[in-house]
Amino acid sequence: MKNLTTRPALVPCTLALAAALVAACGGGSGSRSVIQNKGSDTLVNVAQAWAEEYAALRPGTAVAVTGGGSGTGIAAMINGTVDIANSSRKMKDSEIELARGNGNEPIEFVVGYDALAVYLHPDNPMDEVSLEQLAALYGEGGDVDTWSQYGVEVPGCSSDEIVRVSRQNNSGTYVYFREAVLGERRDFRLGSRDMHGSKDVVDLVENTPCAIGYSGFAYATDHVKMPCVRKGEDGDCVSPSVDSAIDGSYPIARPLFMYTAGQPEGAIREYIDWVLSDEGQCIIYEKGYAPRTDVDCS
Amino acid sequence: MPEVAHAADRRDAAWWIDRAVQILVLAGGLSAIVFIAGIFVFITREGAGFVFDRFDFREFFGSPRWTPTSSHNPTYGALALIAGTASVTGLAMLVSVPFSLGAAIYIGEFATGRVRETLKVLVELLAAIPSVVWGFIGLSIMNPLIIQVFDVPVGLNVLNAGIILGLMAAPIMTTIAEDALKAVPDTYREAAEAMGATRWQVTFKVVLPAARNGLVAATLLGVGRGFGETMAVLMASGHSINLPTSPFDSVRALTATIAAELGETAAGSDHYAALFTLGIFLFLVTFAINFAADVFVRGGQRKHRRRGRRPAASANP
Repeated sequence: MKNLTTRPALVPCTLALAAALVAACGGGSGSRSVIQNKGSDTLVNVAQAWAEEYAALRPGTAVAVTGGGSGTGIAAMINGTVDIANSSRKMKDSEIELARGNGNEPIEFVVGYDALAVYLHPDNPMDEVSLEQLAALYGEGGDVDTWSQYGVEVPGCSSDEIVRVSRQNNSGTYVYFREAVLGERRDFRLGSRDMHGSKDVVDLVENTPCAIGYSGFAYATDHVKMPCVRKGEDGDCVSPSVDSAIDGSYPIARPLFMYTAGQPEGAIREYIDWVLSDEGQCIIYEKGYAPRTDVDCS
Repeated sequence: MPEVAHAADRRDAAWWIDRAVQILVLAGGLSAIVFIAGIFVFITREGAGFVFDRFDFREFFGSPRWTPTSSHNPTYGALALIAGTASVTGLAMLVSVPFSLGAAIYIGEFATGRVRETLKVLVELLAAIPSVVWGFIGLSIMNPLIIQVFDVPVGLNVLNAGIILGLMAAPIMTTIAEDALKAVPDTYREAAEAMGATRWQVTFKVVLPAARNGLVAATLLGVGRGFGETMAVLMASGHSINLPTSPFDSVRALTATIAAELGETAAGSDHYAALFTLGIFLFLVTFAINFAADVFVRGGQRKHRRRGRRPAASANP
């Protein structure tokens, strides 16, 4: 009994210790500066790639990258615990006000674009999907529950039930999907499987014949299928790709952001300038995202 | 006389070490109280804003609508989350009670020598498997297995999480149940055997009834473990807001909701405070369960002391 009750007490201790270590590292001035970079799960792979490349280029600056979701990064920026927050959605007005209240004026940088792909099990015969169909499935009050309502029969899914895979309610991907597909004032229908990460969505869809999910295009694997997406009944059906995200023809492509607290200076400014340079933009292109401008990466 | 007083009053290195260790042990003992009080004060303070300003008893306990990030109408109904936690824990107990009581009876009453020692070590090893590993087993092994065997659309559901959680709770329940069996005085067994009872009769008619309180406590601690477990449930339950009607429905647990959402909410927002309110609720429930288990354990111990005293006293005047 006693052992059991003391166990939770270890957690705050460990956290405090970890916080102290982070503070010690971040505060260590010297010749080496550390940039804390946190947020979007969609961006975490490319942020890691940027950090590694930059470390090789400028050994004097280290970039520490953490994922956790756009909300995590923005919350940390509001609380002043990170230098750069990555986000796959725009900051909300309420969040900007919170940040200003803490004396952190958020400055926004668009670092690239991402196509939000719809994922299906490879055995699923569906080749195209419209935003209206997605809204009828995911949106509150929607009436689609079975694959036969879409007019398809999915092998391996004998129950015909559609397994809706979504994201936890604070992820940037979740918020963007709500705004772009369901509309500003419509909520998600409850009962979806809310995965805790971009990759988890793809993993679950890969193993579940009845499933449909949405996640960043960069998380695609050979074991899932991505139908083309059309806007409106007579719109063109466009497949998700880096190119269709660049030219804007893909209907659910979104900008990806970095936010800093106040105008960045010194090492942080240099890092963001480098991320936005052709060199940095080629890295995001290689990772499966669209760069913000046309760059030649050959 | 002065020399004696001096000798008893000596303050050499050993004396100082003795004092230091005493204080250290006292601090260790007190820290449990300090931490538990500190945690309670912290979660209450963080959740207080919500509890006093925004809390709607009927919504919180009566509505399954948990939509804290809705842009126009955030609601904080925890019913589906409570039902999720309760259903997973309930199923976990169905799995773990027979397993762990069986294991405890075998280890405590039947196994001897090497078998017994090996089993005890193995059970303790089982308790050391990290919960994220259990969750991984649920996600990558149980999920496809359940889809295949039961022909259901998705294998992340109450059944999956219940089995995983049952296996996780079993070792701790086994250990505590075995302690409870061991606490039954041997005089009981000897008396029963002297009257010609077989080993099964001794176990079922004498030892189990005598250890009843301890066994209930073991089960309650298992329930507490199930209620508080987070990672494995997050991974295996499907994390879907749903009032379950069958073991094949996906659900979402209270703990998993906090784990998934707390990192991404701005400190001080309604959503943040609502998550802490879930935390307060969880804390109170697990506290009540652990407290009940403690009461049962003490009740059991008192009974044995009272009944066990007489024969011991007469044999050993």
